[in-house]
Amino acid sequence: MKSNCIRWCGWAMIGFILMLPTLSIGQEGSSDVAFSAAVVNLKSGSMQERGLAIEQLAGVQNPRAIVILQALLDGRLFKLKTDDKLVIGEEVDAGYQLIDAKSAESLGTVDRSATQKITLTNSLRTSLRKIIGRLELNDDDAGVRLAAVNVMGKSVDDESLALLQDHLSVEQDKSVQKAIKLILGLEQLNSPDKATRLAAINLLKEQANQNVVNRFNELVEKDAEGNYLETDSDVRNQVKTALVKINSQLQLYAAIETLFFGLSLGAVLVLAAIGLAITFGVMGVINMAHGELMMLGAYTTYVTQQLMPDQLGLSLVIAIPAAFIISALAGIIIERGIIRFLYGRPLETLLATFGVSLFLQQTIRSIFSPLNRSVATPEWMSGTLQINDFLSLTWNHFYILVFCLLVFVLLLQILKRTRLGLEVRAVAQNRNMAKAMGIPTGRVDALTFGLGSGVAGVAGVAISQITNVGPNLGQAYIVDSFMVVVFGGVGNLWGTLVAGFSLGIANKLIEPYAGAVLAKILVLVFIILFIQKRPRGLFPQRGRAVEG
Amino acid sequence: MIANLFKNDKAMAFVLVILAVINLVVPLCNLIFAPGSPLYFSAYTVSLLGKYMTFALLGMSLDLVWGYCGILALGHGAFFALGGYAMGMYLMRQIGSRGVYGDPLLPDFMVFLDWKELPWYWYGFDQFWFSALMVLLVPGVLAFVFGWLAFRSRVTGVYLSIITQALTYALMLAFFRNEMGFGGNNGLTDFKEILGFNIQSDSVRACLLMASGMILILALLISRSIINSKLGRVVTAIRDQEMRVRFLGYRVEIFKLWIFVFAAMLAGIAGALYVPQVGIINPSEFSPLNSLEIVIWVAIGGRGTLYGAVVGAVLVNYTKSLLTGWIPEIWLFFLGAAFILVTVLLPDGVLGLWRRRLQEQKQ
Repeated sequence: MKSNCIRWCGWAMIGFILMLPTLSIGQEGSSDVAFSAAVVNLKSGSMQERGLAIEQLAGVQNPRAIVILQALLDGRLFKLKTDDKLVIGEEVDAGYQLIDAKSAESLGTVDRSATQKITLTNSLRTSLRKIIGRLELNDDDAGVRLAAVNVMGKSVDDESLALLQDHLSVEQDKSVQKAIKLILGLEQLNSPDKATRLAAINLLKEQANQNVVNRFNELVEKDAEGNYLETDSDVRNQVKTALVKINSQLQLYAAIETLFFGLSLGAVLVLAAIGLAITFGVMGVINMAHGELMMLGAYTTYVTQQLMPDQLGLSLVIAIPAAFIISALAGIIIERGIIRFLYGRPLETLLATFGVSLFLQQTIRSIFSPLNRSVATPEWMSGTLQINDFLSLTWNHFYILVFCLLVFVLLLQILKRTRLGLEVRAVAQNRNMAKAMGIPTGRVDALTFGLGSGVAGVAGVAISQITNVGPNLGQAYIVDSFMVVVFGGVGNLWGTLVAGFSLGIANKLIEPYAGAVLAKILVLVFIILFIQKRPRGLFPQRGRAVEG
Repeated sequence: MIANLFKNDKAMAFVLVILAVINLVVPLCNLIFAPGSPLYFSAYTVSLLGKYMTFALLGMSLDLVWGYCGILALGHGAFFALGGYAMGMYLMRQIGSRGVYGDPLLPDFMVFLDWKELPWYWYGFDQFWFSALMVLLVPGVLAFVFGWLAFRSRVTGVYLSIITQALTYALMLAFFRNEMGFGGNNGLTDFKEILGFNIQSDSVRACLLMASGMILILALLISRSIINSKLGRVVTAIRDQEMRVRFLGYRVEIFKLWIFVFAAMLAGIAGALYVPQVGIINPSEFSPLNSLEIVIWVAIGGRGTLYGAVVGAVLVNYTKSLLTGWIPEIWLFFLGAAFILVTVLLPDGVLGLWRRRLQEQKQ
């Protein structure tokens, strides 16, 4: 059997890796005949013949072969009673949706009684599973190969081990190599030969895998009588040192994970607070409707998605400028309509904008109903990036982190390099002097407020990707975002960035010990106490404007 | 002496007289006359009025800190809720073995959570005097610690507003947790008795209204005398020119602290009177929105007058009862519009407008 496999593998190498166009054309004719013959044998005849047919089918170079075999294994391969044709059926409510096994053309649906299932014995099924695994090991797609290796790893026997051992020498893909080494290494730990076991430990300790950790832990444990499961002390010591290394690695992974999720939570906080840092920090306007401007952005995402349900990714990309424009317009209206009359009276501004927030909330509630709306996430943003068994990062949080940094850099550049930015800073420093120099302060105020509000809208787009969108979305973030701005120091965008990220990380650090809610409470209490100590935040503004 | 308090303040006297009349007539008519009689006030009216009285007390206490001391506290509802919880704990202990699970010691929600022992902070709440003390002490101590820290480090203006809001938000999150031992999401409810009397009965409701009204009148008188005293004048000066008062040698933070603690205690009393009349206290009383609503009562009534807060609280809450019964969606529109219009157009509130008109007529 073993030599057979090697021969087969060599043959497969010729067929797959060195496949020359001329060669494959020359072979096509003969393999086609073999394929048809095998298919015929599959449906007629005894179980013995069926087994032979399976072997035959596995040997031919035809992409349909693996499809047919897989269907056979899944019990989806049928013989049509009418014309004896071999078909693959998908169960639908009326009966079976059929496709021709050989040509893959669709044959419509038939009633269940018109078909006869091609059955298998248990032993045939076992060997079929292996054959499929073997075929898949030679697939062009590394992902299929990896899946095949993992399936084999679940029930290991001598044959599959030999197969994997052989395959390792021809495998080019790193991750497939790694998976094979893992299976082989775990098996070699059972070897009676000490040298083999030591070699296996050396091989395995490089891999971050739950199975490895479990096995290593087993090896250094004692059984009921107090004897070590692993009799050799050299091997035990080797395992112990390997475990120390692995555990420190695990701690590192846990730290990286906490850091990542902390940063992504921080990114949400920064996004929510950065618009506020402009309106509150630069202009000195307390905008309690800031959260509702974020909500407007989130609902803009929802609406664009409703308008183009087939193109999730595109709708999200369109939603970003759309949300910016809508929130910015709303902001400008608020500034020109209300806040303009209240400059120099911060407490009144706070109350009036709170009124605006109630108004916006109820408007959205009346239009979209008080229920939460879920915004779908495009495929490239969902799922996780699985780095190894102990470290997986979710894509949506990753994108939000990147997005947050982009928005931050963009905003910084606008304030630093554009004409508007210059005017904004001038008005923030000394309104009267700026006015005397011919800067239209009223227009600058409106545009600054629009900019801050627009950024809030963009933050809403990001937030719609991690939570549901509802009329209360803004309220959930308003206290947090004020905390971030005040903690970072008013009038300082960098302070907001540092404060947001550090609060995010602090939250995630406390969470495992205290739970999410208590972590949040502790962070809030910390900020309240911190403000008592340093009322102007982490990075206070200096100069004469401060006391004004 | 009392007459001296109102020498220049006829409106205050007017409001006090109306309050006294309502608080005597309504409960008595409710008890004396039979239903159907034109002079009868229903039990619903009585408990509604009782609720308004507690809101008026709450609004007045905020007016002390905001209107006279210039501290816009956005977490004043927290003190109200804490007072309410202290009273709720007393009422909870009064249920005794009449709860659904019939445990003589543990309240229902603790039995439900499979707790075996009463947490230490629930001890003593079976005594009314202890609970009444806690109604004053818990909000008072919290206000003292918070104010001592905040005023000493000269946290002022919007910063103070924001951290008071954070305080009530943090408390809300905390009280939502079941592990806190205050009934979590559902809060404390299903009360049976107060001081041995059935809490649902008409006479108890009438008494609660009377008590609320009396305490409100008393609080108005005490607050007015504080404001007229030297302490009150310094506090008003701090509102107008904090730096100047400090340079004159006054310890600004001490004055602020006392007025803040006093207002917090009044809010606690208001909460304690509110809970038996509505029959429930839950963490949503801590929500920042509730605290902001108190601010709008004061703003609408006119800040810095005391009686303005009373009128504002009753006016806004009466409108709320009307509107939510009529078109529920319109209430938040109304509240939002009220915030905007009052701050932009009526900085002295509705009563300020009235006062201005009176002055114009005189001239």
